[in-house]
Amino acid sequence: MLASITGNGWALFGAALAVILAGCGSAYGVGVAGQAASGVVSEDPSKFAKVLVIQLLPGTQGIYGLLVAFVALSRYGLLGSGSVELDVATGLMVMAACLPIGIVGLISAMHQGRTAVAAIGIVAKKPDQFGKAMLFPAMVETYAILALLISILALPAV
Amino acid sequence: MAVVQMQRINLCALKKDRKAILERLQEIGAIEIDIRLEDEDICEKQDVGSQRALFERRAQTADQALEILQQYAPEKKGMLDSLAGKPLVEKELFEKAAADQDNYMKTASRIVSLDRQIAEGRATALKLETQAEALTPWLGLTVPVSFSGTKKTSVLIGTMAGAADIHQVCGLIAGHAPETDAVDVQIISADKDFTYLAVTCLKKDAARVEEALRAGGFAKPASPVRKVPAQYRQELEEQIRTVQQQVDGYAKEIADCAGCRQELRLVSDYYRVRAEKYRILGELPQTASTFAVSGYVPAAMADRIVREMSERYGAAAETEAIPEEEDSPVLLHNNGFSESVEGVLASFGLPGKGEIDPSFITSIFYVFLFGLMLSDAAYGLIVSAACGTVLLKFPRMDRDFRKSVKLFFWCGLSTLVWGVLFGGYFGDAIDVVSETFFGHKISIPALWFVPLNEPMKMLIYSMLFGVIHLFTGLAMKGYMCLRDRKYMDFLCDVVFWFLLLIGLIGILLPTDLFAGIAGQQIVFPAAMSAAAKWSAIAGAVGILLFSGRSSKNPGVRIALGAYDLYNITGWLSDVLSYSRLLALGLATGVIASVINQMGSMFGSGIVGAIIFIAVFLIGHSFNMGINLLGAYVHTCRLQYVEFFGKFYEGGGSPFEPFRLKTKYIDIKEEK
Repeated sequence: MLASITGNGWALFGAALAVILAGCGSAYGVGVAGQAASGVVSEDPSKFAKVLVIQLLPGTQGIYGLLVAFVALSRYGLLGSGSVELDVATGLMVMAACLPIGIVGLISAMHQGRTAVAAIGIVAKKPDQFGKAMLFPAMVETYAILALLISILALPAV
Repeated sequence: MAVVQMQRINLCALKKDRKAILERLQEIGAIEIDIRLEDEDICEKQDVGSQRALFERRAQTADQALEILQQYAPEKKGMLDSLAGKPLVEKELFEKAAADQDNYMKTASRIVSLDRQIAEGRATALKLETQAEALTPWLGLTVPVSFSGTKKTSVLIGTMAGAADIHQVCGLIAGHAPETDAVDVQIISADKDFTYLAVTCLKKDAARVEEALRAGGFAKPASPVRKVPAQYRQELEEQIRTVQQQVDGYAKEIADCAGCRQELRLVSDYYRVRAEKYRILGELPQTASTFAVSGYVPAAMADRIVREMSERYGAAAETEAIPEEEDSPVLLHNNGFSESVEGVLASFGLPGKGEIDPSFITSIFYVFLFGLMLSDAAYGLIVSAACGTVLLKFPRMDRDFRKSVKLFFWCGLSTLVWGVLFGGYFGDAIDVVSETFFGHKISIPALWFVPLNEPMKMLIYSMLFGVIHLFTGLAMKGYMCLRDRKYMDFLCDVVFWFLLLIGLIGILLPTDLFAGIAGQQIVFPAAMSAAAKWSAIAGAVGILLFSGRSSKNPGVRIALGAYDLYNITGWLSDVLSYSRLLALGLATGVIASVINQMGSMFGSGIVGAIIFIAVFLIGHSFNMGINLLGAYVHTCRLQYVEFFGKFYEGGGSPFEPFRLKTKYIDIKEEK
């Protein structure tokens, strides 16, 4: 059955995975952070801007996923009319190139979300330590960025 | 570009001048009070707790009154007004508030008590409304609910569970008390839970009829109203109206106080300032007729204060240098450009003891890296235009906030420059618009190169910038070692590392591995390759032998050296970390292209143009917002983790002088 999937199919599948996995991770991360942020704002609305910034931090993985999917689709002419026919090997390689940001994006965004929850806790208790609080979730993001890098660099090489 | 030099000021004066001196010091606002007594017993401290609490309470009352005023007579505020900063107020006006404080406070208390009365009035009205509501089912009754009958008849008024009609009730009575006659059943109203009814019968039958009704679930109301329901309801409504009028009257009275806002602010700040003064007063050592003040003062201000205190109040004042081992509070002073990064620095930590203020170097790299990450000319222009406007329009913005806005102004300019270099103007908006709406593609070529087309080149440049950033950090450490005359540390922790790292880079560059990444073979002359090799070896050996120099045991020393040599992996990960420059730069550009493409999907007609504009505005605001956040966070990270990690620890405590700490106004300084 797998043999009947075309190269275009594999490439699209890969792009979809990048968006789906990374997007799910970000949705989870932003979601849990948002719950914590709501709790803080219900006590002290003046902290809204600060907790919002931290809540948004796990959102970037979803954007990276979109970015990789877009680069993959546009580079191989799969956007728009789609008259290009990729062979199966190329399609599989495109999918493989999409996997790093998909998988790392999923897991790092979930962890970044939990770290963001903790960082929001810092802001709740010590608003002046905002700079430091923001940094902990940003640490997690490094690995999403590394994965993004490999995905982007691998795409043109396919 | 430096941490402001602090001195200790000591002051001793007569108690009769205490008020004047403290007020003057508070006005100058340049001394952080720090009392260090060798012997606590020779003097005593005044207990000021109750006065301070009183002032704080009054300030709070005024604040509360202001909040209430805002509720009843909202002051119109633009979105940007919060940026305007505290208004400047003449000193006379503030002094007038001091003289008139009781009157002002009367207004404040009046507002607070009116608000309380309003709350009470509303509660009363609510209670009355509930009562009136409860009467609704009884409205058809023409006698009071508590009415029990005439001379010959009894009236049973009450409720029965469930919806019952007149036949059911008559049937019930006929079934349980068949011998009764002359029973009149009147259903007043019924809803799905209860039937409200009045049953009239002869007095002699009353007990039996009631028993019959009880069998059907009849109950008399617990506290029957002693008036005819319709009439009583009217009375209640009358009462509600009266209460409502009172409440409206109070609200109007509060709203009429809207003109007192300024006075309330003044008096609130006046008490706040006094509370602060009393806090300090409580710390000062005093004897029967003298008192003393001691604290940190910026060296540049010290002489002026000493002179003023001794000339004006005849106080004994002197300054002394702060001893080496004492941590003095930190105040930064930088040029107009570099001070903008002070907020970023402060949120990591102010320079600790013996550290230099890295604001200048940090500010240059901050602006450079930020622009590189956002790298879109249009976004940069928008950011710096917005920040520039705010800066010009609100010159009296809160100082710290102003610095942040300034930072973003410079970052915007840098973004603009990088955008032009990389050819990003709302992503590829110009290409897309010209192609979709005007038929032929116009593009502004990148001044340097387009990162999306040559990601490898961009990656290498990102790492090059990283290496420069990191080496600057290491050089700063070297400078600090030299300044403190720690030559051995300079050699072992800085020079050896430079040798090793530069050597390793020299070895890496001519290899095939690098050529594969860069797509270009670099060939070094043999002498240079050899130099690189020997430099790396010398560095490595140096680190191996000298890093553990604190330990006497040669075995441990070598082990420590080897462990320190292992830090080379740390350097590798630090350099790789700068790949985020590429990733974030690409993210901005690619998402911008996605937005443009989405907008152009609907063709070139009028509808297409309208949709394009809508998608363009929403999409690019979103993209700019999220990437500004990303650039801010990741530039901070590169500074805090990679750069500061090389030489800077922070941990200084900020300089918090005894000053006029106000919330609403700033007092114009006396010339």
